[in-house]
Amino acid sequence: MSETRIDRRFADLARQRRAGLAAFVTAGDPDPHLSARLVSGLPEAGADIIEIGMPFTDPMADGPVIQASSQRALKAGMTLTGTIDIVRQARRHDDDTPIVLMGYYNPIYSYGTGAFLRDAVDAGVDGLILVDLPSEEDRELCLPAVEAGLNWIRLATPTTDSKRLPNVLSHASGFVYYVSITGITGTHAATRQTIASAVDRLRRHTDLPVAVGFGIRNGEQAAGIARIADAVVVGSAFCQAVADGLDDGKGTDSCVDNALTLCEAISHDVRKARA
Amino acid sequence: MTDNSYSQGPDQDGHFGIYGGRYVAETLMPLVLDLDRTWQEARGDPAFWEEFHSLGKDYIGRPSPLYFAERLTRHLGGARIYFKRDELNHTGSHKINNTVGQILLARRMGKTRIIAETGAGQHGVATATVCARYDLPCVVYMGTKDVERQAPNVYRMELLGAEVRHVTSGSRSLKDALNEALRDWVTNVESTFYIIGTVAGPHPYPELVREFQAIIGREAKAQLMAVEGRLPDTIVACIGGGSNAMGLFHPFLDDRTVEIIGVEAAGRGIKSGEHAASITGGRPGVLHGNRTYLLQDDDGQIIEAHSISAGLDYPGIGPEHAWLADQGRVSYVSATDDEALEAFRLCSRLEGIIPALEPAHALAHVMKIAPALPNDHVICMNMCGRGDKDVFTVAQALGVNL
Ligand SMILES: Cc1ncc(COP(=O)(O)O)c(C=O)c1O
Repeated sequence: MSETRIDRRFADLARQRRAGLAAFVTAGDPDPHLSARLVSGLPEAGADIIEIGMPFTDPMADGPVIQASSQRALKAGMTLTGTIDIVRQARRHDDDTPIVLMGYYNPIYSYGTGAFLRDAVDAGVDGLILVDLPSEEDRELCLPAVEAGLNWIRLATPTTDSKRLPNVLSHASGFVYYVSITGITGTHAATRQTIASAVDRLRRHTDLPVAVGFGIRNGEQAAGIARIADAVVVGSAFCQAVADGLDDGKGTDSCVDNALTLCEAISHDVRKARA
Repeated sequence: MTDNSYSQGPDQDGHFGIYGGRYVAETLMPLVLDLDRTWQEARGDPAFWEEFHSLGKDYIGRPSPLYFAERLTRHLGGARIYFKRDELNHTGSHKINNTVGQILLARRMGKTRIIAETGAGQHGVATATVCARYDLPCVVYMGTKDVERQAPNVYRMELLGAEVRHVTSGSRSLKDALNEALRDWVTNVESTFYIIGTVAGPHPYPELVREFQAIIGREAKAQLMAVEGRLPDTIVACIGGGSNAMGLFHPFLDDRTVEIIGVEAAGRGIKSGEHAASITGGRPGVLHGNRTYLLQDDDGQIIEAHSISAGLDYPGIGPEHAWLADQGRVSYVSATDDEALEAFRLCSRLEGIIPALEPAHALAHVMKIAPALPNDHVICMNMCGRGDKDVFTVAQALGVNL
């Protein structure tokens, strides 16, 4: 597989001797227009990687904050076509920051996997994270996605034992996303020691960069993870920042500003974590 | 699957043709594989089945009777109608057949905590019951919409010592209760066994729930042979996720002379868009761990189901049904809220059996087809639950204040 934006970004981060910040926001939250502005503003606010959630009615692995974020997006008319369009808009301003789509399989299956991969690649998507496609179902989307030149970012969890890891890591590229807790997004965080030993274990099985996420909500926690992992993923905190900017349920400029301000602050802490 | 059999599925990865599978988060995957190992082992262990059947006999009250509905048969004036009376089971529905089986698996795996989702509350009650029996803590997720319309069952679960957690997300009914149960499971994966209430979810659930429910069809077959001396011509069951239906159907799938009909809930009518008929009104998609027919919009977002029956109010269906529909082996039809209510009233008056609103849908279809059939045509319908839980809903629908 040829080098992707994700590979280049991690090589760059390694040269800078620092961890990256992966910022997750839901496509279409609080509405398609403000969401496009938010996504486009993330690189300047210090996000090294952009993760865009594809909203789904039944987000089984998400906590209340991202559930609400998905609901807002869907209510505002967001679709998978709209998500891809947001990527296209963001690519007009930035051709270097990796963009990863994250979500559940059914909207993609409904769109048609072939058509989806074609449109996603064309819009400038670099990688995919599918919560409900474990390695057992690789034929569905993982293999065609790799074929199409996308990175397939695998989730590893505390329950992924060493026997299972080689399977999980097969076909993985870009980076490995370590889910630090058994649980849903936006709840508690694991301790640093637990995460450190889990990351060590992963590194014994792969040379891919390791990103750590789930339960990381502020700069201090992010900085702690930045000392042990190659990237820190923050999601619910940004979705909450968007929610805090709502006026009577309606999206406002504050939704975008809140999230970007938080991104700047966390990015600042992540950047100086290893200094 | 061999060409000449409809009953050999799923393959070892849980596929019935393109349906089924294991579409779950990585966190759950090791446990799902563990469950499969435990299940495959238990399945070949005579001691497991001995315990299962002993509980079936003394705790559930099996075999459930096969009853000739004489007045209904005369009233409709055509086919001979039999009820397979799983509504007489302990706790009032077929759901207990499955929870007894799954609690034995949970014990084999050494799990210390049980969770379940419920719609009508029958699966919740059946789960709470076996948890009381085996002294395991039990949490049941139930949408607030269902908490309201199935209030008696909520209290029953609490009496049995279960904690009922009210789910306010999404459509506040069965699909959302399932989502919450999955979220709990992902969080407490080490300690917790998830007792799924129907033939859906990731492999091996559709298979193991079917095997626990297939007792219905095996008994019915033997009982019909005893009274009629032959196989039935038609068998009929209602479909929420499809467990009572699969339980009745599976032992008959390879008896080609037997016509098999599954009845989905048409709610306010298929054309109204407010229904729960996944096969009639849906298309294939992936949700809750398996590929199957789903009610969904053009973007692949799941559409809320509607049915007067909380137990049928689900936008999906078990994957084996999806496959059987594509194969054409089983016909899937639907009955509306109003038709089910009419069947509910008729059955109560004519047979002295108050059916649950779920099998009232099956009966509504029997009422449509029986009159035109000859007198020697034998229909067996799964009377899979009793209607005590539904009297408030029915009274409200009929404008009666209790
Ligand atoms: C009496 C009864 N019948 C049917 C159902 C629907 O489930 P299934 O289709 O799995 O049998 C329920 C579910 O709650 C029920 O309580």
